[in-house]
Amino acid sequence: MSDSNVTPLTKKDLKSDQEVRWCPGCGDYSILNSVQTVLADLGIARENLAVISGIGCSSRFPYYMNTYGFHTIHGRAPAIATGVKIANPELSVWMITGDGDGLSIGANHTAHMLRRNVDVKVLLFNNQIYGLTKGQYSPTSPVGLRTKSTPFGSIDRPFNPVSFALGSGATFVARTIDTHPKHMEKIFHAAAQHKGTAYVEIFQNCVIFNDGCFDSVANRKVRDDRTFDLEPGQPMVYGKEGDKGVRFDGFDVEFTDAANAEVWDPTRPTTAAAQILAELDADHEKPTAIGIFRQVQAPTYDGGVRGQVNQVLATKGRGRLEDLLKRGETWTVS
Amino acid sequence: MTVNSQPGAELPLQSQENVVIRFAGDSGDGMQITGNQFTTTSAIAGNDLATLPDFPAEIRAPAGTRPGVSGFQVRFSSSDIHTPGDSPDVLVAMNPAALVVNIADLKPGGIVLVNTGNWGETDLKKARLAKDPLKDGTLNGYRLIEIDINQRVKEALTDSPLSARDVQRCKNFYTLGLMYWLYSRPLEPTEKWLKAKFGKKPDLADANITAMRAGYNAGDIQELFQGRYEVPPCDTLPPGTYRNVMGNEALSMGLVAGAELAGLELYLGSYPITPASDILHYLSGYKNHGVVTVQSEDEIAAICSAIGASFAGMIGMTSTSGPGVALKTEALGLAISTELPLVLVDVQRAGPSTGMPTKTEQSDLYQAVLGRNGDAPLPVVSCSTPSDAFECAIEAVRLAVRYMTPVILLSDGYIANGSEPWRVPDADSLEPFRVKFQTETKDFHAFKRDDRLVRPWAKPGTPGLEHRIGGLEKDEHSGNISYDPINHERMTHLRANKIMGIQREIATPEVFGAKEGKLLVVGWGSTYGSIRSAMEICLRDGKSIGAIHMRHMWPFAPGLAELFARYERVLVPELNLGQLARLLRSEYPGVEFISYPKVQGLPFSTAELVARFDELV
Ligand code: SF4
Repeated sequence: MSDSNVTPLTKKDLKSDQEVRWCPGCGDYSILNSVQTVLADLGIARENLAVISGIGCSSRFPYYMNTYGFHTIHGRAPAIATGVKIANPELSVWMITGDGDGLSIGANHTAHMLRRNVDVKVLLFNNQIYGLTKGQYSPTSPVGLRTKSTPFGSIDRPFNPVSFALGSGATFVARTIDTHPKHMEKIFHAAAQHKGTAYVEIFQNCVIFNDGCFDSVANRKVRDDRTFDLEPGQPMVYGKEGDKGVRFDGFDVEFTDAANAEVWDPTRPTTAAAQILAELDADHEKPTAIGIFRQVQAPTYDGGVRGQVNQVLATKGRGRLEDLLKRGETWTVS
Repeated sequence: MTVNSQPGAELPLQSQENVVIRFAGDSGDGMQITGNQFTTTSAIAGNDLATLPDFPAEIRAPAGTRPGVSGFQVRFSSSDIHTPGDSPDVLVAMNPAALVVNIADLKPGGIVLVNTGNWGETDLKKARLAKDPLKDGTLNGYRLIEIDINQRVKEALTDSPLSARDVQRCKNFYTLGLMYWLYSRPLEPTEKWLKAKFGKKPDLADANITAMRAGYNAGDIQELFQGRYEVPPCDTLPPGTYRNVMGNEALSMGLVAGAELAGLELYLGSYPITPASDILHYLSGYKNHGVVTVQSEDEIAAICSAIGASFAGMIGMTSTSGPGVALKTEALGLAISTELPLVLVDVQRAGPSTGMPTKTEQSDLYQAVLGRNGDAPLPVVSCSTPSDAFECAIEAVRLAVRYMTPVILLSDGYIANGSEPWRVPDADSLEPFRVKFQTETKDFHAFKRDDRLVRPWAKPGTPGLEHRIGGLEKDEHSGNISYDPINHERMTHLRANKIMGIQREIATPEVFGAKEGKLLVVGWGSTYGSIRSAMEICLRDGKSIGAIHMRHMWPFAPGLAELFARYERVLVPELNLGQLARLLRSEYPGVEFISYPKVQGLPFSTAELVARFDELV
C-alpha cells in the first residue's frame, strides 16, 4: 500500500483550501484531524487517496481533504466506493458515513460491502441523531429519545453498529471515540493496514442536537473506568489504575480484576465472543468495549473481480473484437 | 395417422416467398430451442429472417395450462423482411393449451400441426376446454394434421438407453425434423449443434438426432401434407459475413466495442431484471475482453458502483428495465451533476410498476427524457432493431465520453429477444474515439469547460489533479461548492446547453418514401420493422407517404421542423399513450401531430398500420 518513492506528506498537505463548516465543538473536527494525521503517516501518495462519502454532516468530509474525493448521495457511498476500488485497486479508498447514511438509508449497501470484503476503510460517525436535517432520531438513537420527529420519545429499537458489522461478515470491526485522538489514530492505523473492508464505528458528539450522547462512556473523567480497549493479543485490562479486567464466563462477561483478565483474540473462527462484547453497551451500565472486535483475513472482492478477469485473459488470451462479433454460426453472402 | 399409398417424398416442391411458423407448447417442451434451431438453419440456408419469442410470465406454470404456453415465431423469406410477421402460416401445437392460446392468430387456410399424444381428457381439462377443439369445428378452414408425437418418439427410440421420461423430452426434435422436411431444410446444422451441446452426454445427442430424423422421414414416407415447400435464399441481402443476432446480444457487443473504441475498460454494474438480464449474462461472459461485471445488491448499487468506476477512469455502465430506471433515477442525477460518463441501458417492458415483465412497450420515454429532479437533461438514444442495437450502443458510449454525461440507451423486450440476420461489421472499420484523460495541472479545475462546454476527466491516481466532486452545486469558475443564485442559473444553463450541443453531431433522419406529401410517419424504437413493412405496402399502392425513424430521442435531430413542414399531417405510432407525440408537440408547437398509440404489450401488426395510414392519405 505504501509508495516508497513518494515524498512524505504532512498533515497540512492533506488539508484542502475549503473552510471547514461543521458547528464549533462538533466531534467531526477531531476525527478529521486524526484521519489527516494517520494518512500523512501512511506514506501513500496524495493522488492515490480517494475519500468517498454519502450525505450528512460527516459526509462533507471529502471537501476538507486535499485528495481525490466524491461527495455522493444519501446512503450510496458503499456502492460508489466499491466501483472506485474495483476500477483502480491501487487507490487507498476511505469511506465516510454516519448512522443515518450508513445504517438507515444505506444499511443495505453497507451490509453487502462488508460481506463482500471490498478493500475500503469505512469510518462511521455515530452521533445517534440526524444532524444535517436538524435533529430527528436515527437508527442508533436509544428508545425514548425525544427529538423533533419523536416529541413523545422514540419507540424504535436501535441498531448496534458493531453487531451489525459483525453479523454482516466484516473482516475488521472496531470502535473508537472522537474525544480520544490517540485511540482513534491507533485504530485508523490498524484499519489502514487491513486488507479488506475495515469498519470503524466512532462515537461522535453532536453538540447541537444530541450533546453528550456518549458522555457516560466517552467523557474524559469517566472514560478509563467506563470503557475497556480490545487490543489483539492483550489482556482485557482497564480502569484508571489499570487494575480491572474482563473475562468470559460462558456466554456472559465477568468484570473482575486485572490479574484475571482474559487475553483478547479478534481472530477467532466465529464472531460469538465479539458479539457478546459488542452488545455490552446496550444498558450503559457495564463498561463499553472499544478497540478491535474483529480482525481476520479473507479474500477481497476487488481482488477477486480483477483476479477473475486476469485469469480469463491469461487462459483465453485477450479477445479480439472481430472474433467476438463473429461468434457462433456465420454465413457468407456474396 | 394412416400411411398413404402415395408417400410424401414424391410430392412436388413448391416455392414460397415467405413463411411464418409458430412453435407453441408447454414451457418445458423446448419450443424456444426448436425455434432457434429452425432459425439458425434457415439463416444458413440464406433466408432473411425475423423472430419473436413469446415467453410465459411464469417460469414453469403448471404443465398443460394456458399460462404455461411458450411460443416462438420465426419468419423466413427469400426477400427483405422487417418483422416476424403478423400471423403464422403454420402453427405447431404440442398440447390443447398451446392450440387454444394461439389459434386466433393463424392465417385462414393455415396449417395446424397438433400432437395428439397430449390430447386426452386431462389435457383438455388443464387447458380449461369443455369440448375438444379438434372435433368441435374450431379448426374449420384450417388444414389440420394430427400426429401422436409421443408415440412416434417412443417407437423411434425403442433402442435408446434413455428413460421413458427422457425419451419424451425428444418430442420437440421430432417436430423440428418434420418442419425441416416440410420446408426442405438440411438437418446437418442441428445435428452439429446437438453433438456440441451434448458432447459429454452422447446418448442425449443421439436420441435427439434420431427423433429429428424420424420426424423428417415421417414426411418422406407418409403423406401428411399436401405439398412440400422451399423458400429460396434471399438475394437482396448485401454481400458480407452474416450471423443471426438477438437484440440483447448485439447491444452487449456494442457496449464492448464502444469501450474499446474509447480506449477504456468496461465496468457493468447490474441487477437482474426481465427483459434486460441477458445483457448482464453476455457481458459476464466477455471477461477475455477485460470486461468487469458486478451483480450488485440492488438497482441503486448497480448504477452507483458504475458511477464510482467512471469517477476512477473506467466507462461505467448499468443495464435494467423501467422499474430499475426508477430506482436509479437519483443516481443518474448525481452523474449529471458531477458530469461523469455513464451508459444506462433501459430494455423497456410494459408498465407501470411491475406491469407485464415479458411484454414489450415503449412507455419509458418520458422517464428517460424527463424523469429526474431538477433540470437534468441527458442524451437519450433509441435502437430500432436487434442489429441497430449494436450501433446505438456504440453511439451511447461515444456520447457519454465525448460529452462527459450519462446517456440512456433505450431498447425494449421486442428488440431484446427478437433476432435477425446481422451483417457483421468489420471491426477495423469502426471509428475510434479515444478518451484523453486530463494530465495538465496548470489552471486545472474539475468544472473548467472546453468549447463544447465539456469538463475534463481527471482520474484519481493522477498527481496534482486532486479534486472533489459531488452532487452539490458547483461554482462555474472554481468547481467548489456554491449556493450563489446566479451561479446556479448559469450552471443549469451550461449543463443544458452542453447536451443541446450534441445536435451539431446528429444527422437529420432520412426519409423513406415520399419526400413531401400528405403524410409523414414518425417512428422510434422497435416499431421500425412494422412501420417499414406497412410503408412498403402503401408505397406500392402509390400513396403520398413518407417515414422517418428517430434514433436520438434527446436532443432531437436538427432539421425536423423543416421536414415536418413538407407534409400535410404527421402521424406518430408508438407503443404507449403518445409520449413522443407529446414531446414533439412541445418542441414543434406549429405542427399537428396525430398520435397513434397502442398499449397491449404487443408490437404493431403491419396490417393495423397499413389500415391507419390508409385512413390518413
Ligand atoms: S449538527 Fe451536530 S453533527 Fe452536524 S456539524 Fe453540527 S454538531 Fe456536528
